[in-house]
Order: sequence, then C-alpha cells, then structure tokens
Amino acid sequence: MSGLAGVRFWRETKSRYNLTGNRCGVCGTVFFPPRPVCTRCHRESIGRMEEHKLKGTGEVLTWTFVHEPRPGFEIQVPYILAMVRLDEGPALLAQMVDCGPGEVRIGTRVHSVFRKIGEEGKSGVIYYGYKFVPD
Amino acid sequence: MRDVMVVGTGITPFGELWEHSLRDLGIRAGMEAIRDAGITSSDIDALFVGNMAAGRLIDQTHIGALIADFAGLAGRNLPTVTIEGADASGAAALHHAYLSVASGLHDCVVVGGAEKMTDLPDPEVTEITATALDQQWESFFGATLFSMYAMMARRHMHEFGTTREQLARVAVKNHRNGALNPAAQFRRPVRPESVLEAAEVADPLGMLDCAPISDGAAAVVLCSAERARRLPGPQVRIAASAQAGDTLSLSSRRSLVGFDATSVAMERALKLAGRSRKEVDFAEVHDVTTISEIMAIEDLGFVKKGAGGPATASGMTAPGGELPVNTSGGLKARGHPLGATGIAQIIELVLQLQGKAEERQVPEARVGLAHNVGGCGATAFVHILEVA
Repeated sequence: MSGLAGVRFWRETKSRYNLTGNRCGVCGTVFFPPRPVCTRCHRESIGRMEEHKLKGTGEVLTWTFVHEPRPGFEIQVPYILAMVRLDEGPALLAQMVDCGPGEVRIGTRVHSVFRKIGEEGKSGVIYYGYKFVPD
Repeated sequence: MRDVMVVGTGITPFGELWEHSLRDLGIRAGMEAIRDAGITSSDIDALFVGNMAAGRLIDQTHIGALIADFAGLAGRNLPTVTIEGADASGAAALHHAYLSVASGLHDCVVVGGAEKMTDLPDPEVTEITATALDQQWESFFGATLFSMYAMMARRHMHEFGTTREQLARVAVKNHRNGALNPAAQFRRPVRPESVLEAAEVADPLGMLDCAPISDGAAAVVLCSAERARRLPGPQVRIAASAQAGDTLSLSSRRSLVGFDATSVAMERALKLAGRSRKEVDFAEVHDVTTISEIMAIEDLGFVKKGAGGPATASGMTAPGGELPVNTSGGLKARGHPLGATGIAQIIELVLQLQGKAEERQVPEARVGLAHNVGGCGATAFVHILEVA
C-alpha cells in the first residue's frame, strides 16, 4: 500500500462514522450511501440532493454467518453479516456484533454502533465505521 | 444485422493447472478453436478476450495483445480487445464479438475467455472476486461474493420455504453431469450428505454449494453466415445475444431473491430470437452457488418465482428431465475460471446442438440457452443458440 492509502478511507468518513446519507430535494427519497443523482428524478435532482443524517435504526432483511473471510477479517471469523433495512427506507450491508447467530433473525430490530472495521497490517491504517446490534 | 454462426470451439481442461500460464491456456484454447473451424490464422479479422482479474491475479493486463502476440499473430497487426464484466466477462466478450460480425465490420473473429486463479492463495482470490461487489459499501464491511449469495439463500428459504436439501440437489446433479465432461474440474459424483456436511463458507452455504477456484480457457470462432457456408461441420447460429444490468450493490435492489437483470436479459433474448421459453431444449446457467441455479431457473421464467427448489428436487433440470440444466457440470463441477466461464457455456451449447456431447447428449437438442452473471447480479447475459 502506498503512503496515501488512507485517503480512500478518509473520503468516506462522514458517511461511515455518522451514517450520513442524502435526500432528494425533489421527491424526498432518502439514499444510503449518498448518491449524486436521485434514481427517480434523475437530472431534475442535480444540485438538489441534501445531506441527511440517518437514525441508525431498522430491521434485518437477511443475514449470514461468514466462515471464509477476505484478508483482514480472519480474526473476526466467524462473523455475522446482515442486510439491514433502515427506517428511513434505504438498506445497507453491515456486520452484527455483541450477539450470537441465535439472536439474529429476519425481522430482528437493530440499531447502529460505532466500531473498528479492520486494519491494513500492523502499521497500516485502522478504519472505523458502523456495525449493528439487536435492540 | 446479419446472421452470425459459431464455427469452431476449443477448451482447455479446467482445474488447478499449475504447469500452465494464462498465455499457454489462452493460446491452447484459441488454436484448438481455429483448427476445429477449419480456418487458418490468416482468416481472422480480430480477437476478443473476456478476462475479469488478471491485473490482480497475475499482475498482467493487456491480455488481448498478449495472447495475439504469443499465438504468433502480432505480425498481422490484428485488433484485439479485453472485455471485463466481472465473471460475466466471457459472455460480454462474446456479445461484442457477435456485434462486430453481425454489423459487417468483421467477417471472422476469435473470442476467448481465460483466467488464471491458482497462482495466489485462496483468501486473496476471495478478496479479488469480491471486487465485483461494491468495494466501498459491501466488501469494505467484510462481504465476500459467496456471503452475498448466502444472504439471498436465507431470504429465499424464508419467503418460499426452499430447503437446504433442495440446494444440495443442485450440487449433486451438477457433479453427476461434470463426471461425464472430460473438461470438468471435478469428475466425480458427490452424495447429498457430503454437500450438507461440507465445511461452511457462509451459512447456509458450504464448500460444495460454491463454485471452485479454477484455471482455464475457452474459445470459439464466429463467422458471418455467408462465410460459414464455405466451412465444414454442422452449423450453429447465435439466435440472440442480450444483456441487462442492475444496481451494483445488492442492498439497493428491488428483490433479494432473484436478479431482475436476468429476467430482463431473458425477455430481450427471446424477442431477438423470435422464440418462446417452451422452445428452449436445455440451458447452461450461472450456478456460482447452488441457490444461484435455483434463482436462475426462476428468473429465466422456466418455473415461477419460489418454485426453483421443488422443481430441482423433482428432477426437472436433471438429464432426461423437462429442461436439462448444466449438462456440462456447470460452474460447480466444470469449474469457474471467471472470464472463461461464459465461453465454456457456449461450447457446451455448440457440442449439444451438433450432437457431439457424447454421454451427456440431450436428445433432439435444437435450441440451447446460456446465462452468465457478473458478481452478484449487476450484469446478466442471455445467449440463445440454435441449429442452423
């Protein structure tokens, strides 16, 4: 990794630390991750997308227990990965923590917490972001 | 647009081919296709190559130029291009090669797909296949390609009552088919219990629910119909080459139990071919996991949404069934060298339509369908081939 490898994580900090998405100023649809253009209003929405902080509450649409991870996630294995539908509308993918697989079901109510996501080797960047726990 | 024919095929064995480099594999498949077509290299107007990840897997980009050069064709200054659409790169290359001949720009082209995956340790390959997902919003949080399909499997089970045993039936069928395919990576049947007891990858999917890591290459020669008339061999026509797309990330989709890209590509393909689903005699579908095949037969409209599990368990997709699926062994047993898969599917179609599929021959095969997906469904291709 080059010396500037951290920049690509820093760019997304706002959304990953605070669950900040955006909202179309024309039709009101909320997006996460934030999108430059509304998927419904297209060019009408250009310049009218507004920052929108999400509450971080929602429910599990589906989940899996990952045993074969990608590099950087070995020490977390096995970990729960879930698709969460946020109350404002958008769905996102995140890890579930502070719970066992027996505590997660489709429909389980969850809320977001701020955690370490991973790191690039012993001397690389440590990156943080959202995970979810059952209510 | 004019008619385009597949006039030659070439494929390497798929598997852990440590003694062969990417260029060896690509050239071997390409040369075999040229010989099979009964043409010489001076007949070729262009080379198209489907490859997903050589830039990361073997630190080599510019694969089209590399293969043309080591096939001895650099002196002819052929146009070459490498096409990427994740693990649908093979079908994507075929689509663009088809367009070049259908449009009249070229008369005879070679289109290949190749991937060399076993030079890296498995976890790194897992990371590289996950680059087909949304890197910033999915892979970053620990998603792998198989974990995405595992979440779809759980949702499919929840909505339709699909069972773990029905998933296993896909693997059992495709391994049995692969055992009859000389090019397959796994040429041995597996028992349902072995699928259920295999090491877990991403629950509910285990090792035998997932396509393996493979090396391999496949190539076909395409010609205009006029040119093909002067060549020997039974003729196979590309009746339709269609593509559809969707959001890159699964979280933004309308559905978690299927791919709209597959359904739309299928409608487009049927329209282009002027055919109905009932006329399709057999299909090669993108079974990168067992749930993938179940969702594919639903999204392609061969069974209704949710009925894929019971249909598989009833033997509908087995040899001798109403619609034999993945007679080659599919991605599961033939192997899944990413960029090569889309072309390997086409080769199975051609062999079946020419009556050359030996022990796995589908009787009276007149119309075949190939379905190739990129990543977790943001790209889907449907090709329909028929006896000319």
